[in-house]
Amino acid sequence: MLIMNALKGDRGGQILLGVLLVLVIAVPLLNLMLPPDHLLHIPTYTVTLMGKYLTLALLAVAVDLVWGYLGILTLGHAAFFALGGYAMGMYLMRQIGDRGVYGNPDLPDFMVFLNWDALPWFWSGFDQFWFAALMILLVPGVLAFVFGALAFRSRVSGVYLSIITQALTYALMLAFFRNEMGFGGNNGLTDFKELLGFDLQSDVTRLGLFVASALALALGYLLCRVLMAGRLGRVCVAIRDAESRARFIGYRVENVKLGVFTVSAMLAGVAGALYVPQVGIINPGEFSPLNSIEVVVWVAVGGRATLYGAVVGALVINYAKSYFTAELPEVWLFALGGLFVLVTLLLPRGITGLLRRKEASA
Amino acid sequence: MSVTTVFEQILDREHVYPFMQAGRHPNIDASHNVLLYLEGISVSFDGFKAINDLNLYINDGELRCIIGPNGAGKTTMMDIITGKTTPDSGSAWFGQTINLLELDEPAIAQAGIGRKFQKPTVFEFLSVVENLELSMEGDRGLWSIIRGKLSGEQRDHLHHVLDMIGLGEQGALRAGSLSHGQKQWLEIGMLLMQRPRLLLVDEPVAGMTHQEMDRTAELLISLAGEHSVVVVEHDMDFVRNLAGKDRTVTVLHQGSVLAEGTMAQVQDNRKVVEVYLGE
Ligand SMILES: Nc1ncnc2c1ncn2[C@@H]1O[C@H](COP(=O)(O)OP(=O)(O)OP(=O)(O)O)[C@@H](O)[C@H]1O
Ligand SMILES: [Mg+2]
Repeated sequence: MLIMNALKGDRGGQILLGVLLVLVIAVPLLNLMLPPDHLLHIPTYTVTLMGKYLTLALLAVAVDLVWGYLGILTLGHAAFFALGGYAMGMYLMRQIGDRGVYGNPDLPDFMVFLNWDALPWFWSGFDQFWFAALMILLVPGVLAFVFGALAFRSRVSGVYLSIITQALTYALMLAFFRNEMGFGGNNGLTDFKELLGFDLQSDVTRLGLFVASALALALGYLLCRVLMAGRLGRVCVAIRDAESRARFIGYRVENVKLGVFTVSAMLAGVAGALYVPQVGIINPGEFSPLNSIEVVVWVAVGGRATLYGAVVGALVINYAKSYFTAELPEVWLFALGGLFVLVTLLLPRGITGLLRRKEASA
Repeated sequence: MSVTTVFEQILDREHVYPFMQAGRHPNIDASHNVLLYLEGISVSFDGFKAINDLNLYINDGELRCIIGPNGAGKTTMMDIITGKTTPDSGSAWFGQTINLLELDEPAIAQAGIGRKFQKPTVFEFLSVVENLELSMEGDRGLWSIIRGKLSGEQRDHLHHVLDMIGLGEQGALRAGSLSHGQKQWLEIGMLLMQRPRLLLVDEPVAGMTHQEMDRTAELLISLAGEHSVVVVEHDMDFVRNLAGKDRTVTVLHQGSVLAEGTMAQVQDNRKVVEVYLGE
């Protein structure tokens, strides 16, 4: 009922959810049922690549929620993504057990290598999936809450806020690079074996991760849509367009920002957690400031404040990125920069804005 | 609160949670007939005294015009009343019981002070009706789940305001597509949705045609009585129209009150003439 109302009039969202549904059914069938030499067979490698894209699309949706609807240009959302990823990575490390190179049943390889003799306290609990799942939501959520409480209460906004979000992710990157932090230093966490008892190399597990990513994207999209279709969404847009007006008619602007920012960070954390088992590694490079900027480009290219535009932007650009980095690696950054400039100048409402205009005039 | 009410609230997307809105002050005590007290207020920016020992009293239901040359401190005075600027010294009370200097902007708005900005500011991306809806007086608990459905009483109030500001036909338009004058009216309408006791209106007729000005004057005059209205304006014809024969006009100069009286008295005041003629 609630969801139906929120989706009413959201053509883009209806199409997106329809496509995801088809993918969830068709991709496993085409992967498992058809022989590898069949024309329509989807190799597991491609399934995993698609699953990875879907998690990035979820990250883009999270960014669109705060940037598109609230006007907070966050350049640090990759930090929340990476934290969710690390929480998942820690669980996967603990699942390795004594199958590591050093065969130590209690300690991950990198700790043995550093001559540590016990698990640091913050690793405890991560052998339990439920605990890791909780941390995937809580760690990004709490960080976003504390960061947001400080920033929004003191009314930091605009460029300054963007800069401190960059500083946040940069600081985390430097911290995670240090071996003493206990997160594997610059190698990060890798060599994962299994997730919930399923072998990460098997086709079925990979399909499962793909389906989980598609479901997470669908649910994340619905959550954001339901939030933004109601009164809260209008309050957000009001704050985005005339913050002081909103304040002077009695809205607690900082609380609205804080709540939405925290939800968005948690979504980013979930995206990161699903990303890590599919790429097989998480390292401090994920905190790189450039990553956060790229997400903003995806959203801008797809079309701000639509949610589905963020998905389209993330998929299109990441597909292009995979293509370019394989075929013409030196061109990629120029292509990305050029695309951003072109879209900003010619298509202020992004790719999906083009379609919407057609629809409106038809 | 029972589990079911919590559940209902979560399902109700129109619900205004307390965290979205400030606490309300149900009892404004204007029993001495004075609604707003500003006493000995001073504020300086980098050593420059924008407001200098300002004393101002606004009566309950009064329509007060405030004039003064550019930089006199008129907007800064509104900033202080609405919590945007904290004065260096002095006191500001709303009625007998509400100390404005202890509250922040949302709390002051909820206490019943509405403010129109010098530069008209509306939510351009939203429709006229949505602008008014958002400004609707607060926490009215359970709103209808279906978007835009208000309770009958709320809808009546909204339509009443819509007609009052002359935008009855424009309800579905995006606020951004309104003319400058219409935006000014919409902003006044947004204040009215809050059912404020005190309206602070900064330069409401900037950029309006003469016809629009006359209608604005009518609107503001009709609001006095039920609300107290403070209007800051440069346009002397408009002020003359508003003040009529016996309403009080206050002249602000260099951050304090230079003269106060009826329009005729103020116009004859030598100090005022000097300030305006730059002697
Ligand atoms: N935030 C601020 N920082 C520094 N100076 C300020 C600030 N706000 C106002 N001032 C100065 O205080 C003085 C009073 O400004 P104010 O805007 O209150 O005048 P005003 O009477 O509203 O003028 P106008 O008729 O032009 O709107 C001006 O000299 C202005 O430059
Ligand atoms: Mg002014």
